[in-house]
Amino acid sequence: MRKPDVVLRLTPKPMAVEVKHLSAAYDGQPVLEDVDVALPTGKWTAIIGPNGAGKSTLFRILLGVMKPLRGEVTVHGEDPARQRRLGHIAYMAQQEAVEWDFPISVQDTVLTGRFGHMRGDPWWRQMLSPRWAEPHHWKVVHRCLEAVNMQDFAHRPIGALSGGQKKRVLLARALAQEARLLLLDEPLAGVDTASERLILDLLARQRAAGCTVVMVTHDMDSARRYADQVLLINRTIVGMGAPDNMLVDEMLARTAVAGWRPVARRDPPLEAFP
Amino acid sequence: MMEILETLGIGLIDALLWVLMLGVGLLPDTLAEPFSYSFMQRALLTAILVGAICGLLSCFVVLKRWSLLGDAISHAVLPGVAIAYLLGWPFFIGAFIAGALTSVGIGALERHTRLKADAAMGLMFTAAFALGVVIIGKIATNTHLMHILFGNVLGVQYPALLLTLFSGLLALLAVWAFYRPLLLYTFDPMQAQALGFNTGLIHYGLILLLTLTIVASLETVGIILVVAMLITPGATAHLLTERLTTMMMLSVAVGVTASVVGLYLSFRLDVASGGAIVLVAAALFLITLLLAPRHGLLARWWRAKRLKIIDEKKFINQDS
Repeated sequence: MRKPDVVLRLTPKPMAVEVKHLSAAYDGQPVLEDVDVALPTGKWTAIIGPNGAGKSTLFRILLGVMKPLRGEVTVHGEDPARQRRLGHIAYMAQQEAVEWDFPISVQDTVLTGRFGHMRGDPWWRQMLSPRWAEPHHWKVVHRCLEAVNMQDFAHRPIGALSGGQKKRVLLARALAQEARLLLLDEPLAGVDTASERLILDLLARQRAAGCTVVMVTHDMDSARRYADQVLLINRTIVGMGAPDNMLVDEMLARTAVAGWRPVARRDPPLEAFP
Repeated sequence: MMEILETLGIGLIDALLWVLMLGVGLLPDTLAEPFSYSFMQRALLTAILVGAICGLLSCFVVLKRWSLLGDAISHAVLPGVAIAYLLGWPFFIGAFIAGALTSVGIGALERHTRLKADAAMGLMFTAAFALGVVIIGKIATNTHLMHILFGNVLGVQYPALLLTLFSGLLALLAVWAFYRPLLLYTFDPMQAQALGFNTGLIHYGLILLLTLTIVASLETVGIILVVAMLITPGATAHLLTERLTTMMMLSVAVGVTASVVGLYLSFRLDVASGGAIVLVAAALFLITLLLAPRHGLLARWWRAKRLKIIDEKKFINQDS
């Protein structure tokens, strides 16, 4: 007998990320201790905490680069490894993590975001150079390049870009994956005001389209203006809630970030290419 | 069964040699003359194959910053070859096991001790190399050891040539079939991981390819100089292009040119073939370093000078 569809509708929507009793350590030095967190689907979460508080470690565990000591992690109610294979988790790296000397153009870099989905293409396509990938992959790539306003730089080598442009290329690559969960490691670090606006507005549009956005940041100003919720973390969870309730002196002091002020704006760096 | 394969292999090599000689026949007599000897023909085919495989793989070695790892694996292969010889196994299996064990050992030392990567590599590969020297000293003659260490392409026989051909085809097929995972892993391993690729598999796959290449080059340039062929072509190509596929083609071209010219010079000047090949590769790199259009020293100097002239002009304009 078939189960009625109603049952399916009543089952609660699984959390985008759910972490239970998670502990992790580098060389015996604990970075995360007994962390419990649930990030709801379709929300924009800003993770804030001092350096070494385990923000990036949380990402590394979600990406499977690091194994936790203890605890359980699920993404959309499933094993993160399975979700990664399905292409549901996109990651935007910090700028320093990428080899900018690599002989690759901007559009080919963004195309690598499609490599996961290309595993579903016919085998003979996979034998061809990525340049002859299925046209729909290229459509996504061009759309993402336009979204970050980098279409004029599509054929440039990535090494010739300025800081803000590099960030936008990394974002385009993450978007090209069309994932349900976007993990962003300091997407606003070292970008000029124009790029910052562009990145934040683009993420807002992703969120509106139903994407879950999780970003590690030091920029409390944009966290306050854009995020739905703020997660304060320093080895353990200090608090999670609306930005207005979390980004107050008392909570920030408890995150051992006493003396932290919203980061002072620096002058925008000079663009190498106007 | 094995006999049929061997006959097929020898037939294939003879066919390749025949094609090669058609090309050589077009050259002027003074250049073509050394290749009338059949040992020179075999040497030429081997040198071309080795130059091509090394050139292909050297792109990944250079981009992945694996130069020292390549050096480590090539040295560590020695005890593997010796033990395989003792047990009567094919060279390749012993070499791969030794190479893989060394790279795992380096990783373990790095992760679980205070040692940094360079010290871990230096320690592992010198120890493995010493073990190899001791074993080979016990079971074979010094000339044999010298041939493994420095290669002797002029003495290449059919079995070795067959192994080189096979390794080359395998490396080419692997790079072709797994181009995307390899590109992704070399460029940004974290991204590869996020996209659900098995990075452990890619890592050891690449090490397997590297070992394969090293074993294939044993007879030509030898264990010690193979690392030069795994770095120089890729480094030269990296100065010339901003595209991975172009870089691979240029790198293969540099590898093949160095091998052929080096072989010819070694015959003409009666010097060691391995050394001659590596020196030609180094000379090609030097020329590129000077003359490369974007990253060359001359281009850089010219750009700096032009900037200075512009600055000075501005300065003068401000003054007046």
